[in-house]
Amino acid sequence: MNGNPAVPSKLLRIPLGGKALKQQTAIQVLKFPKLKRASVGPGLRLADVTFRAAMVCCALSVLAIVGFILAELVLQSRLSLHTFGWNFFGRQAWDPVAGDFGALPFIYGTLVSSLIALIISVPLALGLAVYLTEMCPRSLRGFLAFISDLLAAIPSVIYGLWAIFVLVPLLRKYVEPWLAASFGWTGLFTGAPYGIGMLAAGVILSIMVIPIISSITREVLKAVPRQQREAALALGATRWEMIRIGVLRNARAGIVGAMILGLGRALGETMAVTMVIGNRPEVAKSLFAPGYTMASVIANEFTEATGDLYLSALVEIGLALLLLTLIVNALARLLVWSVTRGMPASTHA
Amino acid sequence: MDRLATAGAGAAAFVVMAPLIAIFVYLVVRGAGALSWAFLFNSPRPVGESGGGIGNAIAGSAVILGIACLIGVPLGIGAGVCLAEYGGGRLSTLVRFVADVLNGVPSIVMGIAVYALVVVQQKHFSALAGGLALGIMMIPTVTRATEEMLLMVPRSIREAALGLGVAEWRTVVSVTLRTALPGVITGIMLAFARVAGETAPLLFTAFGNQFWNWNVNQPTAALPLQIYTYAISPYDEWHRQAWAGALVLIVLIVGTVALVRWVTSRGVMKGTG
Repeated sequence: MNGNPAVPSKLLRIPLGGKALKQQTAIQVLKFPKLKRASVGPGLRLADVTFRAAMVCCALSVLAIVGFILAELVLQSRLSLHTFGWNFFGRQAWDPVAGDFGALPFIYGTLVSSLIALIISVPLALGLAVYLTEMCPRSLRGFLAFISDLLAAIPSVIYGLWAIFVLVPLLRKYVEPWLAASFGWTGLFTGAPYGIGMLAAGVILSIMVIPIISSITREVLKAVPRQQREAALALGATRWEMIRIGVLRNARAGIVGAMILGLGRALGETMAVTMVIGNRPEVAKSLFAPGYTMASVIANEFTEATGDLYLSALVEIGLALLLLTLIVNALARLLVWSVTRGMPASTHA
Repeated sequence: MDRLATAGAGAAAFVVMAPLIAIFVYLVVRGAGALSWAFLFNSPRPVGESGGGIGNAIAGSAVILGIACLIGVPLGIGAGVCLAEYGGGRLSTLVRFVADVLNGVPSIVMGIAVYALVVVQQKHFSALAGGLALGIMMIPTVTRATEEMLLMVPRSIREAALGLGVAEWRTVVSVTLRTALPGVITGIMLAFARVAGETAPLLFTAFGNQFWNWNVNQPTAALPLQIYTYAISPYDEWHRQAWAGALVLIVLIVGTVALVRWVTSRGVMKGTG
């Protein structure tokens, strides 16, 4: 990296070798000492000061934007907050005609669909990440990584389109009857197999979340120092044992962080879920039943909300969703950072 | 056990690839049938009439994305330059953290915020509001890319310029930023590819439109919005058009991502050395 900076790896996930990676980290950590401004007269100083002020303004605008978002959400939801108080999140009503609102079905729907997504996606994403970093033949690696990044780039409305016309009939004809026959006794797979419902939402969410978990896990696995792997192999471990003991155990915190980041993405996902969840604001035990999530109710009913209380209730749901996502994302970033130790996180779509 | 683990991981990789391939296959098979020049250049017709298209949606998307770039790119580059060149200290850490927070805001919540900020004040939906929402979503990606690229420019280049008497601001703009430009453009294209497919923020900012509209202060159609409307409709004809529209959208986005990959694989900073 001495005079010829390498390709931006963290941004595009092209693997750098160990030494270049360390040098890149070193550059990040190095703070350039303030180079003395040439004092060639007041004219140049003014330009410098103006330019620097403009750049700082841009940076401060980021802070201002987030501040505005939070402020607007709180302001618009004041009416609903005063009317319902904290009970809003525990009530099961959703009656726009009578002006009776409660957010429990949506919170339940969001959490359950995200949970299903995590249960399905985490083993698959971990398997994919381990395969790509440890087991894949080198020639195939770039191609598979590219395909995995493509999965992350597909817009969610296209996932939803595919889900309505391909996934849902598949679930309705084959998967749900089989689940009802084999596991119906659990109470989770009862009721008419519509296809559309909580299970469909969970499955499409899992497909959307796999690339994120997988790519961050790949970063985390690559950050495990080579000595760990070599030490395990030197002690006589098989390849799987080396992966399990030398790599996965070290990267545990980062992998959990990747999972939580995937959860954060699943919580905020709107379009694909709206198209397959069935839009019924009720809490139901069966996974076949239609449900509703916080993002879906906003997407469906916001432009048709009559009355201030209705709109305010929707904005309050949006505020709750925002806070939930923020907390989850912050927790995830903390965990991932603790493993990659402050190396710039790669962008995730 | 070792072989079992290898087989398991390979199976996981295959299971992950399968839906992706399925999506692409369905897009091509179902979408290609409805694609035609008329489709790309006409505006929607009522159900039952043939010849409808998504021309206005493509044009509307172009306008909205143009506004988004106008808002997101300068702010993002400015913030990135500030973090890289004038950084260090608590303000930088705060800005970086808040940019990450902004990245994690759900897109529908962004739509609500811009609705409250712009649409309610103006009392009508507009492409401006839609562009603002998408532009804000671009900022964190562009900022992070700019900062990383600028930090990778070797110190020697900066010092050489300053040693020749170039003003500090001029160094940053004409020397450092120009050297890092390919990487910055990569970041911009990645952010663009991400927001090009976003529907949720546009639902109540740009709102959608059945007709051609070049006025940025009016509700405007957008390609993802049109796909959504067609997909949840009960008409087969509109379903076919949804598939075709989705094919157009995915070609645009995959094309951008592939272009980014190709440009960077050829070597980014050819100017240094």
